[in-house]
Amino acid sequence: MIRARSLEKRYGEKRILRGVTLDVAADEFLLVTGPNGSGKTTLLRLCAGLAAPTRGELEVTVERGRVGYLAHEPLVYRELTALENLELYGRLYRVPERRERTGMLLERFGLWDARHARAGSFSRGMLQRLALCRTLLHEPSLLLLDEPYSGLDDEGARLLDRELGERASHAAFVVATHEPERLERFASARLGLA
Amino acid sequence: MTYLADVGALARKDLLLELRARDTIPAMLLFVVSTLVVFHFVLPTGSSDLAATGLLWVALLFTALLGLSRAFAAEREQGVIDGLVLAPSDRSAIWLGKALSILAFLGLAELIALPAYALFFKPVDAALVGGVALANLGIAAVGTLLAAMATAGRARELLLPLLFLPLAIPIVIGGVGASVADDPGRYLGLLGVYDALFAIICWASFEYVVTE
Repeated sequence: MIRARSLEKRYGEKRILRGVTLDVAADEFLLVTGPNGSGKTTLLRLCAGLAAPTRGELEVTVERGRVGYLAHEPLVYRELTALENLELYGRLYRVPERRERTGMLLERFGLWDARHARAGSFSRGMLQRLALCRTLLHEPSLLLLDEPYSGLDDEGARLLDRELGERASHAAFVVATHEPERLERFASARLGLA
Repeated sequence: MTYLADVGALARKDLLLELRARDTIPAMLLFVVSTLVVFHFVLPTGSSDLAATGLLWVALLFTALLGLSRAFAAEREQGVIDGLVLAPSDRSAIWLGKALSILAFLGLAELIALPAYALFFKPVDAALVGGVALANLGIAAVGTLLAAMATAGRARELLLPLLFLPLAIPIVIGGVGASVADDPGRYLGLLGVYDALFAIICWASFEYVVTE
């Protein structure tokens, strides 16, 4: 699904990523670790097609609409409700039976009762749950997750564990994290960035 | 049909955001009315109507700039643009949806600005209204693309006027010409050609603006 060779990314003079080589197969779970500024987020953005590498080769064979991208920001409109945000994404991502799917995800992530509340009124943890709903809405076959446990309380983390456990064998994952121990049981490959 | 449904959903979303946040249209209305009031007192008594018409276009252009500077504010602040760009829908739908909402905002501002102009300066005729309507199309088309470009940059507040104002010169020439010439048809034609040409260019190039 992803094939990268000697990947390099620069922003001006600053080199963010250097010489990254990786392969991610259809059912692989790649754990990306590294200190702040090592290029974890940049690597995910490159894989998502949101940025272009400065040097090296990058081939992602998954269609754009089959990628699920969880960023630092929740990528939702704060003035829209949780339901309206997911409805909008559901339409743009061509989700079949999107109302049912939206409802199911909101239920699974414990946001059903807050579905008519604006995202701007959500706590950090609720926003992360909503962002996870958005990421999983279209049943992506490649999931790019940047610090997925960020802001989640114990209950939220447990719900995410369940989702990852159910999906780990059906989709490819590239997960950037500072908490690798939490994800070790899912990981089939590891990449450490310096 | 799917494309138009996407455009409709994106434009509706922008109108809903504005209805709830109310941070663009009130500012545009306040700006255009206060600018016309200032111009009313700036022009000496007995000044020609031509000068007043010119000032109206200055007010409309800078009001549009104010609206455009907020065009992608929600997407920028929440990083939503990444989510939209990754969607399998045609990326030009993002541009068209945003341009339609900008068009609505401009129309609303002018619904107040033109009567205020008539009150302070001189009556509004059909050629002026036609010129403003055609100018709006060009402003929305070009302005939306440039607002998206400026959003990606660091000095976005500086970048947008620097990019937009030179490209708006034909709009000003066409708009002012249509408002004051004896034969406005030629200038309305110029605006029409500008709108069509830039709408196609912006529609086709938006994808490259929102991706690296």
